[in-house]
Amino acid sequence: MSQVISANRLTDGIVVFYQGPSKWAEFIDQALVLTRPEDVEAALLHAAKDVKANVIVDPYAFDVTIQHERITPTHLREKIRAQGPTVHLDHGKQAQSHGMTGNV
Amino acid sequence: MPVFKNGHFIDDQWRMIAEGEDVPPSGHVILPLEWWLAERGAFEGSHVPLGVKIEPDTQLAAMVDDLSRFSLIAIHFPKFGDGRGYSHARLLRERYGFKGELRAVGDVLIDQLQVMSRCGIDAFDITDPATEKALRQGHSPLVTHFYQPAAAHEIPVGTRSWARRPA
Amino acid sequence: MYRYDEFDAAFVKERVSQFRDQVERRLQGDLTEDQFRIHRLMNGVYLQLHAYMLRIAIPYGALSSRQMRKLAHIGRVFDRGYGHFTTRQNLQFNWPALKDIPAILDELAQVEMHALQTSGNCIRNVTADHFAGAAADEHDDPRPYAEILRQWSSIHPEFTYLPRKFKIAVTGAEKDRAAIQVHDIGYQLKRNEQGELGMAVYVGGGQGRTPMVALKIRDFLPVKDMLSYTEAIVRVYNLEGRRDNKYKARIKILVHETGAEAIRQKVEDEFAKRDDVLTLPHDEIERIKAYFKPPVLAQREARSQTFDARRQSDPAFAAFVKSNLFAHKIDGYGIVTISLKPIGGIPGDATSDQMDVVADLAERYGHDEIRVSHEQNLVLPYVALDDVPAVYDHLVKAQLATANAGLISDIICCPGLDFCSLATARSIPIAQRLSEHFGAGEKARDIGGLKIKISGCINACGHHHVGHIGILGLERKGIETYQLTLGGSGDEICTVGSITGPGFSSDQIIDAVDCVVNTYLNLRTSAEESFIDTYRRVGMAPFKKVLYERDTGADI
Repeated sequence: MSQVISANRLTDGIVVFYQGPSKWAEFIDQALVLTRPEDVEAALLHAAKDVKANVIVDPYAFDVTIQHERITPTHLREKIRAQGPTVHLDHGKQAQSHGMTGNV
Repeated sequence: MPVFKNGHFIDDQWRMIAEGEDVPPSGHVILPLEWWLAERGAFEGSHVPLGVKIEPDTQLAAMVDDLSRFSLIAIHFPKFGDGRGYSHARLLRERYGFKGELRAVGDVLIDQLQVMSRCGIDAFDITDPATEKALRQGHSPLVTHFYQPAAAHEIPVGTRSWARRPA
Repeated sequence: MYRYDEFDAAFVKERVSQFRDQVERRLQGDLTEDQFRIHRLMNGVYLQLHAYMLRIAIPYGALSSRQMRKLAHIGRVFDRGYGHFTTRQNLQFNWPALKDIPAILDELAQVEMHALQTSGNCIRNVTADHFAGAAADEHDDPRPYAEILRQWSSIHPEFTYLPRKFKIAVTGAEKDRAAIQVHDIGYQLKRNEQGELGMAVYVGGGQGRTPMVALKIRDFLPVKDMLSYTEAIVRVYNLEGRRDNKYKARIKILVHETGAEAIRQKVEDEFAKRDDVLTLPHDEIERIKAYFKPPVLAQREARSQTFDARRQSDPAFAAFVKSNLFAHKIDGYGIVTISLKPIGGIPGDATSDQMDVVADLAERYGHDEIRVSHEQNLVLPYVALDDVPAVYDHLVKAQLATANAGLISDIICCPGLDFCSLATARSIPIAQRLSEHFGAGEKARDIGGLKIKISGCINACGHHHVGHIGILGLERKGIETYQLTLGGSGDEICTVGSITGPGFSSDQIIDAVDCVVNTYLNLRTSAEESFIDTYRRVGMAPFKKVLYERDTGADI
């Protein structure tokens, strides 16, 4: 199994991904991939601390696979969340220069 | 538990009665409503100051005839978002004319205080630290214009039958 | 249009200060998210799939050009240069930062706008007929009453923590353009035999998981009792509505579980106990009505030569007028619908530039009034027929002249999984493909009036239950699947659509809708028989047969 944790940044609501304790990145390919349940649990505990520290809100873990060396969410919802709206390819992370394609 | 009333923290004369306790002769205990309803006969002719605590699902009809017997009614808000207590407060004040202390207990937070007082609640049992801190620092509500009549002492504004300002 | 007086302006200013204080305390950690959420929601701020979303209240859908320009400005400065008009006549911005929201609210307050109570378990934006004050078939203008309800329900201390959201709609014509029978309370203005003005009262309508048509609990309520009666209904709901299950917490469930007679009795009993403090004085009703007097319209001939000539010579203009122009109370005038459903576009979206164009047109040709309809279009309710050609030409330049109001490509659609954290499937791409398939030309005109409504989840913000053709986007085993309903209607003959059968994949749904439309075209008695009338005549069976007995069957 592989999972990634995402949350929303408190100040601006932007989706962020867990990289490590108190480290949150804007793009899913920067996320820390967790492969053991105990690691996911530990990461969520760290995330809870960042909630208390008013950095992020609503952290949660979701399934990913690695496809062509890219971290790819398993479910459509998380794909859209990681990329941006499929009907507005000029908005969301897909439009920011981080070398991500808009394909969902 | 600090109680906030009339703009400051007061020495609280009241407490919740404990399970199995007898009502002390000096009174000043708050009884759960079921206790009152079960035992009210025992208080016939007594003038011991009593309080009663109501819950969100309390049917006011069960107690409205006894209101003159209570010096205090504690309205329990298990979660501040359970809005039934606000209707109870208004009905007790405006429809049934309750003159004693209406005290909010439970999940009582600074942001609900003004809304609660507009419903006729005049005392607040403060258990939230941030709320206590804000009140001790003299936090006062920022809102002085209201679009509807309520139970608080407010004065009508202009021609609208519904607009109010604090007295 | 209602204009704020000092009291109204002070009220909004105070509320903005209050929310600013709450945002600061949240950012500093003096408020937890649990404690802050309710204030965030009361000020229209959602947390969505990609970012926060701000929902701005447009009371009963009415806007001045000044207000529209401010919305355009906010979109430019604080968001991505566009906004989304909703099925409750509000506007949503999809990308505001929380820390910027107090500044946005300040800007809104400058033009007498706010985002109060567009979310949360409170009384929401009171909606009304988007043709109010102008339509030829209107007998009484609902806006003054919507305005009174709006004021009275603003930060109501007793009703700020209801079991769930509460939506009220008001209408003043026989034709119900406000969908009152799928609201928590619907008010229908009417007159009794003595000619007194009152309202029929409907309670317990709604969509979502359990769509229900409202119950009429009062045939005639004098308007002076409107606030007292509303208080009675909402108080009964506040005290008795379910709080144990979020999906059973609306008043429709209470009405359904209590029973019609019992709920009527409870409300009437509560109403009977009122004191007179909320009885509306006649003078006060007149004072509010005065704000909504129609603009002084220059006298015009019933027929306009400019208009007629253009219609004769320009087929595109003629098509626009046929679908997008509605009959006015006053000779020589028309109500122009500006479709926000360009072929292949995102339904209900408008760029800041387009908002400015609409503001300019309203100011120059429209007596400064704009309306937002719950079908996600904009309306200019007071345009002289003489000016309609010029308005049309400006709209064409701004890509706002799609001649499809009320036609099949005038699709109502929620944001869906592309934006919304509640969604189970995408809705916008389906709308786009259907729009491209049917277009706004001959084919669409031949099909005639047909309302497609699409929701991306069971919460039904796309109002699919009352679509002539409704589409609900669900998810099964990770794949988007679309359920089709037929025969819904949100007007005065209010019906909830019926599911056709098994759902359709994203690939199949366009074809399925096409199939339904072709079946209608084959079965209608004439081009004058609309889809919904044909459906009501022949029922589901012929459609079901064609849908599920084709070679390309639906997935079971």
